[in-house]
Amino acid sequence: MENEKKTKTKEEKAFSRKLLWDFLRGSKLFFVISMLSAAVAALADMVSPQIIRMAVDNALGGKESNLSPFVMGIVDRFGGFAYLGEHIWIMAAAILIVAAVKVVAQYCFRVYNTKGAETLTKTMRDRLFGHIERLPYAWHAKHRTGDIIQRCTSDIETMKRFVSEQMTSIFRILVLLVLSLSFMLSMNWKLTIIAMLPVPYVILRSFQFHRKIGAAFLDCDENEGKLSAMAQENLTGVRVVRAFGRERYEKDRFEEQNEYYTGLWMKLATPMARFWSISDVLSGLQIMLIVVFGSWLCIRGEMLPGEYIAFLSYGATMTWPVRMLGRMISEMSKAGVSIDRVAYIMQAEEERETGKALTPAMDRDICFDHVSFAYEGSPEILHDISFTMKAGTTLGILGGTGSGKSTMMLLLDKLYLLPEGCGSITVGGVDLRDIQTRHLRRNIGMVLQEPYLFSRTIAENISITEDEMPMERIREASRAACLDETVESFQKGYDTFVGERGVTLSGGQKQRAAIARTLTQQSPIMIFDDSLSAVDTETDAKIRKALESRFGSASIILISHRITTLSKADQILVLDHGRIAEMGTHVQLKQGGGIYQKICEIQSASAEEVSA
Amino acid sequence: MKNETSKQKNLKFFGIGKVLPYLKNYKKPLFFMVLGSLVGSLVDTGVPLFQRYALNHFIGEGTLDTIVLFVILYLTLICGGALFNYVSAMYSMKIEVGVDRDLRNAAFNHLQTLSFSYYNQNSVGYIHSRVMSDTQRIGSLVSWTVLESLWQIGYVVGAVVVMLAINTKLALLVIAVLPLTVLLFSLFQARLTKANREIRELNSQITGDFNEGITGARTIKTLVIEDKMEKSFVADTASMRRKSVGAARLRGAFAVTMNFASSLALAIVLWKGGVIAKTQIGTFSMFMSYAQGMMEPVRWIVDAISDLITTQVNIERLTRLLETKPDVNDSAEVTAIYGDSFEPKKENWEPIRGDIRFEDVSFQYPDGDEKILEHFDLDIPFGTNVAIVGETGAGKSTLANLICRFYEPTEGKVLIDGRDARERSQLWLHSAIGYVLQTPHLFSGTVRENLLYGNPDATEEQIDRALELVSAKGVVEKLEKGLDTDVGEGGDMLSTGEKQLISFARAILADPRILVLDEATASVDTITEQKIQAAIDTIIRGRTSIVIAHRLSTVRNADVILVVKDGKIVERGRHEELMAAKGVYYRLYTRQYEDEATYSVLG
Repeated sequence: MENEKKTKTKEEKAFSRKLLWDFLRGSKLFFVISMLSAAVAALADMVSPQIIRMAVDNALGGKESNLSPFVMGIVDRFGGFAYLGEHIWIMAAAILIVAAVKVVAQYCFRVYNTKGAETLTKTMRDRLFGHIERLPYAWHAKHRTGDIIQRCTSDIETMKRFVSEQMTSIFRILVLLVLSLSFMLSMNWKLTIIAMLPVPYVILRSFQFHRKIGAAFLDCDENEGKLSAMAQENLTGVRVVRAFGRERYEKDRFEEQNEYYTGLWMKLATPMARFWSISDVLSGLQIMLIVVFGSWLCIRGEMLPGEYIAFLSYGATMTWPVRMLGRMISEMSKAGVSIDRVAYIMQAEEERETGKALTPAMDRDICFDHVSFAYEGSPEILHDISFTMKAGTTLGILGGTGSGKSTMMLLLDKLYLLPEGCGSITVGGVDLRDIQTRHLRRNIGMVLQEPYLFSRTIAENISITEDEMPMERIREASRAACLDETVESFQKGYDTFVGERGVTLSGGQKQRAAIARTLTQQSPIMIFDDSLSAVDTETDAKIRKALESRFGSASIILISHRITTLSKADQILVLDHGRIAEMGTHVQLKQGGGIYQKICEIQSASAEEVSA
Repeated sequence: MKNETSKQKNLKFFGIGKVLPYLKNYKKPLFFMVLGSLVGSLVDTGVPLFQRYALNHFIGEGTLDTIVLFVILYLTLICGGALFNYVSAMYSMKIEVGVDRDLRNAAFNHLQTLSFSYYNQNSVGYIHSRVMSDTQRIGSLVSWTVLESLWQIGYVVGAVVVMLAINTKLALLVIAVLPLTVLLFSLFQARLTKANREIRELNSQITGDFNEGITGARTIKTLVIEDKMEKSFVADTASMRRKSVGAARLRGAFAVTMNFASSLALAIVLWKGGVIAKTQIGTFSMFMSYAQGMMEPVRWIVDAISDLITTQVNIERLTRLLETKPDVNDSAEVTAIYGDSFEPKKENWEPIRGDIRFEDVSFQYPDGDEKILEHFDLDIPFGTNVAIVGETGAGKSTLANLICRFYEPTEGKVLIDGRDARERSQLWLHSAIGYVLQTPHLFSGTVRENLLYGNPDATEEQIDRALELVSAKGVVEKLEKGLDTDVGEGGDMLSTGEKQLISFARAILADPRILVLDEATASVDTITEQKIQAAIDTIIRGRTSIVIAHRLSTVRNADVILVVKDGKIVERGRHEELMAAKGVYYRLYTRQYEDEATYSVLG
């Protein structure tokens, strides 16, 4: 058992690594170009001090130095050092040319690096989104939205940074270090050693510091989160605060946490300022070492002034990159966690066709045959349900909370799969397991108890299942759902923007918009899962009438607790704790002496009884 | 919900004046920060001078005679510079978090006094970012931005002065590059700011897409619009990539211009100053250092200015919050006797009986344009149970708001124990009111902390009794650590029904004379429902209670029922009277009765 677990984590790790590589498809080339550009820019950065050096030592100073034949060849082409000494503008122009090369390379680096980073981010986001959309409903029901979103946003950001900032920076800095080292060595090895002396220490120190401070930052973040949550709670609970007269308590509590959080930063002020200033001292010392020993070497004739100036330039160029390197390395560890967190989502299995994926006609009889079902880890919720619903008829379902009526609909729409051996559901004799999921869902219009609208306009929401639906069809569906008049009364009519999660519409309006959305599909099977409850009785009746006249040929399933809603159904099912308690027409059940009759009596008699 | 309209009343000097009072406590740190950064930058300007000396004197003249003194001075310079930089960085950080803290406290505390009309007009998210992020931006503006700009200005000024002193002609040539770069940078800056804003907006759009794709998963599946959602998502990420790359081009061009400018300055030094190298190589090298080092500060300064411009918005918004006056205010005389919300003078408080009277009250919400109450009279003697019924969203909470003095009548008065509510402090009234919300609001913390919220001095026995009264003992016993269990943010570790019961117990512990109760409509299971029902019956006993009622039994037993329709009270009376009238109440009641009876059969 334990062994199995171990191999699994190993597999997971391999999956994580492979995943990042996979994500990099399409952006790898950009990163390669950007790194090459970075190398060119670094090289150019190294060349211009060399031009200055030659200007000072050879052209202007008239001294001989040990230059490579390649360099001498170029110099000779421009007329030799003596000529250049007379025409120093040529060397100044050379600096500008090198600068132009550098600048173009830097530009390419930035642009291609961003292209890579953004392509990578886009790939990651797109793949995640598409994957999440196709994960089974059971997965969605099990996971918290906030957590998934965090993985899709901040973890993706961390991964992007890992590749586009940390990896490329480290590469760039290493190239810079190698290049400056070789240029310095080509001039004077003694001074090179001295100039490079503090470098390893600076890198190590910065790495250690940032690793340590990273933990402190995490603590700060957490406490900022606490403080933020406290403010949030105070604002949402303002009524409670006021009604209990607890302003003073809230103030003290907030100030205390605020003080604590601020204190954490205050405590960091000293080590951070110390780190920075000691780093300043170290880089200052590095330059001073070059100045002092460089002067000494010059006086001893082992080095020329131009070389000395070039050394100073290299020293200055290295200061920041070297400090960055430690930080980058310390931050790389964060990426591993993020990759694993994203891999967790990507590893979940998407909904897939299990059976034959048939696409039969759906305007056929629906048949539940000895269906039993339990959610994972929960007791059985449906017990041995059997019934047949003739095509084109209306089925009414009556049942209390937890009676399993919504579960039945989830199974019918294959949002949960009915496991083998738990009975079967068939449409026109074809087992649901063999019907292609998309085909099935396209042919079933379902209006949920709590309708979900998208943050688009009303028209876009109603016509969401098709790309270009004519306005007339939208309005027709809207009329059938008794929504048209309401929408027309809005200032922007059908172009009214529905706020996030439909906040600008009332419950009843949302419900009707969802009904209209379903009606546009003109599906042969329609399910209204308690979806008429949020509208008043008259609207309920109007909508049902419209359904009857316009969608007479469709099979309609109505779930409701209103007898008036159910009474016209061809067949009514009474569901009690996962079992069919009664089945029949309104007329039959009304006299059946069961639950239905009782409810029927209560509802019809309620008016008189109430007044009594 | 509409947020404050962003009236663009431009504050003078980027609104800095509004922040100044918050800097008063930081005079010393500010002084050290400014001093530290100015001296630090001057010291940094000095480094090339040492290099010049080394080249001119040691190398030029071939002697190391003054090397000891040189090293000592150089070391002093480095260490001195670091010391000043240390001081300024440390104080800057302290100012940053300190000002941030003070502003946040000020905003938070002010929010505790603001009226509900403010909360109704601004979403929680909007207010929250005033408290959390505006303060942070302002904090970093007055510390880091100031520090950086001072340092950089110091460096540029120092370098210019030294160059001018040593070789005026060459100095002028190098300086000539400066205005050119400033001009270029400012051109880029505006476009960059705009691009950054667009990217931020797209980013939140994408987060919104994710949110929708996840919370709407079930609907997306039933509608089979996965492909469509994905397509529109891919379109959003594509425009994100386009915009980001566009911004990168801009930023790249910006950085590149700067780099090229310093190379240009360098080339100028070599071209026009090359001759100096023959005699005074140190001076030549020094000019090179300055030429290269001067462009970076220019970028920083331009950055700082754009920071200032963007932070102005934050300052404006925060200032508007801090300057908003509460609609409900205790008069100076009242505060003198009763104290304010933070410093109550409880010794002067009369005990409260719990009689409420509306006398000729007219009322209109500050942001509404219709009178909700007109010449309304109602007597609620102590112990009366008032039920308010009506459709959802019909404005049933208005009366409760007036009784709690969350709002004040436009005309007429609300009398508490026979005296105008305005004659006593808000806290006096609130300390006698218990309020139970429809959606129970718990605070993060333990169950105990939540229970003690209305009465911090309650004893263990009192807690126990309160829990028993509302049959919430079972809830607590079920929890792992009992009363000391953490309920999570907003009490999310508990179910809605459990939260409801705990909030009842909290109200009982406060033992209020007046109880305002907004009954829940949320469906809970039957057993919890019964418990809640029983709890309500228990807690309204022996108090004046105003119940925004959904439960039939609560309504039926009420002493007075007020029926609200479209925000107005259309009927009032006892249950029997209203049923006989066969009006709005009759219809409402009948329908609800039907639903409730049905559910009782279905279980």
